[in-house]
Amino acid sequence: MITFFTENSSDILLKTWEHFYISMIALLLGVLIAVPIGILLSKTKYVAKVVLSITSVLQTVPSLALLAIMIPLLGVGKVPAIVALCIYSLLPILNNTFIGMNSVNENTKGAGIAMGMTTMQSIILVELPLAIPVIMSGIRLSAVYVISWATLASYIGAGGLGDFIFNGLNLYQTELIVGGAIIVTLLALLADFLLGKLEKWVTPKGLKIEGGRTS
Amino acid sequence: MLKIENLTKVYRGGKVAVDQLNLDINQGEFIAFIGTSGSGKTTALRMINRMVEPTSGKMTLNDKDITKMNPVTLRRSIGYVIQQIGLMPHMTIRDNITLVPHLLKWSKEKKDETARRLIELVNLPPSYLDYYPAQLSGGQQQRIGVLRALAANQDIILMDEPFGALDPITRDTLQDLIKDIQQRLNKTVIFVTHDMDEAIKLADRIAIMHEGKLIQFDTPDNILANPANDFVKEFIGSHRLIQQKPNIKTVDEVMIKPISITIEKSLDEAIRLMVEKRVDTLFVTDGDNRLQGYLDVESFTGARKTKKSVSECYEKDIFYVKTGSKLQDSVRRILKRNLKNIPVVDEEHRLVGLVTRANIVDIVYDTIWGEEEETVQNKKELMSE
Ligand SMILES: Nc1ncnc2c1ncn2[C@@H]1O[C@H](COP(=O)(O)OP(=O)(O)OP(=O)(O)O)[C@@H](O)[C@H]1O
Ligand SMILES: [Mg+2]
Repeated sequence: MITFFTENSSDILLKTWEHFYISMIALLLGVLIAVPIGILLSKTKYVAKVVLSITSVLQTVPSLALLAIMIPLLGVGKVPAIVALCIYSLLPILNNTFIGMNSVNENTKGAGIAMGMTTMQSIILVELPLAIPVIMSGIRLSAVYVISWATLASYIGAGGLGDFIFNGLNLYQTELIVGGAIIVTLLALLADFLLGKLEKWVTPKGLKIEGGRTS
Repeated sequence: MLKIENLTKVYRGGKVAVDQLNLDINQGEFIAFIGTSGSGKTTALRMINRMVEPTSGKMTLNDKDITKMNPVTLRRSIGYVIQQIGLMPHMTIRDNITLVPHLLKWSKEKKDETARRLIELVNLPPSYLDYYPAQLSGGQQQRIGVLRALAANQDIILMDEPFGALDPITRDTLQDLIKDIQQRLNKTVIFVTHDMDEAIKLADRIAIMHEGKLIQFDTPDNILANPANDFVKEFIGSHRLIQQKPNIKTVDEVMIKPISITIEKSLDEAIRLMVEKRVDTLFVTDGDNRLQGYLDVESFTGARKTKKSVSECYEKDIFYVKTGSKLQDSVRRILKRNLKNIPVVDEEHRLVGLVTRANIVDIVYDTIWGEEEETVQNKKELMSE
């Protein structure tokens, strides 16, 4: 096991970086797409139902199948992998943005409007700040998913830590499989930890007061 | 200033919440909407700032048609205090108070200055400006809710049962506060309440609503003297009707001369004055006879060794009434707050008199003389309030 880490150290660093970078780009795109859509959906409850059920159907497509579908559409390599992972990251973020925006206290929202906020101001000044904790937990959930599924991206030639695992499977080398899996897990934990820090940082201070009534 | 004509709201599903409402409200008036639950008070109020769109009717504000105004601009010009307070939990008290100025894009200096000036109005220290709503008690939060409705110099303020959820003492304090602010800043206030005592205490005119209709719109005295129908009679309660009958006395007629001391005097002088006049309370005033607080036996005990002057140990928290207040209201407050007495001040806050517990006797005496039998029971009601 140790030999795996010592012999492949430069390779491990490279693949870990690759893995990390594919996942993060996919996640970032996912956030950029899902958060605005989630906000829009929270304003149109009827459309929301339809869209959310479509995305949850997408979620049930087996990941390997989704990756395979990408090949005829986008070929092989990092781009199709990122696209596929991005699609996977959408649902949790979309769901949580929608729920987060909807769970903002009606009185608080109504007060903002009654004070003369426009819909846009209400979203930016009231709803989004108050929904942030819920949205962030959706992002954390997606991050863990995306990092573990990015392992499969190796299958369509995107590289990443999946390379060790697939090699290990082909060559019957358990330490490659286990070593790869350990690093993926650590990476997922690390991402979750860092996003947790980020969540604390972006959560408005007024919502973190001990024993306080948050809305 | 605000004219409402044939205002009607029919909700989807056919519920007529407000039915042909007509009101003419003057600048600087304190109006109370009162009525049973579901009588359409909130709906009427929310049509004024267009949180609810009227089905038909006309509303003009300073001769401008409200329904033709931009709702966002309109709302920024009307203060609104909601029952559930509705402070922004993620904003500091400063940002909550200056929410409307922020929307109106005032400069930071002007906003900060406003917040500092306003928080003093409600007797909270400026350090609270950096707190968050969750760090404040319900009563303190509601004060901030009131300030938020004042911050952009709104001329009209709508209040929907703002003090409903507060304990009686906090409520009483905030009632005084809002009345004082309203008079000082000459605001027009429309105030929804369930509580007849609150309406009588605060309002210049009371609008009694029932099932979406306006039943009576008049001054408290006129409503009590001439209730429009049985519903109003029942609503205001028989005890109030009778109470009101004997000549309505004001505090000015019964108040006695209070014993006061100016703030720069020494404690020794204060004690000598107390002994000489045989009183246990001295009212503390400044050079212009303006009421600052009081000094009683309790404020001395122990303090005498360390403190030498009145200014060091007088109590600043003091309840008072203005000249011209109704005696009954003042007596009711003495009883409610368990005070020994209540000082009377004039418009300039100068100490002019004192109403004491002895005046309760006057009232009882009056009532018995005014109304023979019935009034013995009436006295009990008054006492138990
Ligand atoms: N959005 C709505 N849709 C349909 N009906 C409504 C709506 N809002 C209020 N109503 C109905 O309109 C009537 C008047 O309601 P409103 O809230 O104005 O009463 P209110 O006098 O403020 O009562 P309360 O003292 O309980 O606050 C009620 O019968 C209520 O059920
Ligand atoms: Mg109501």
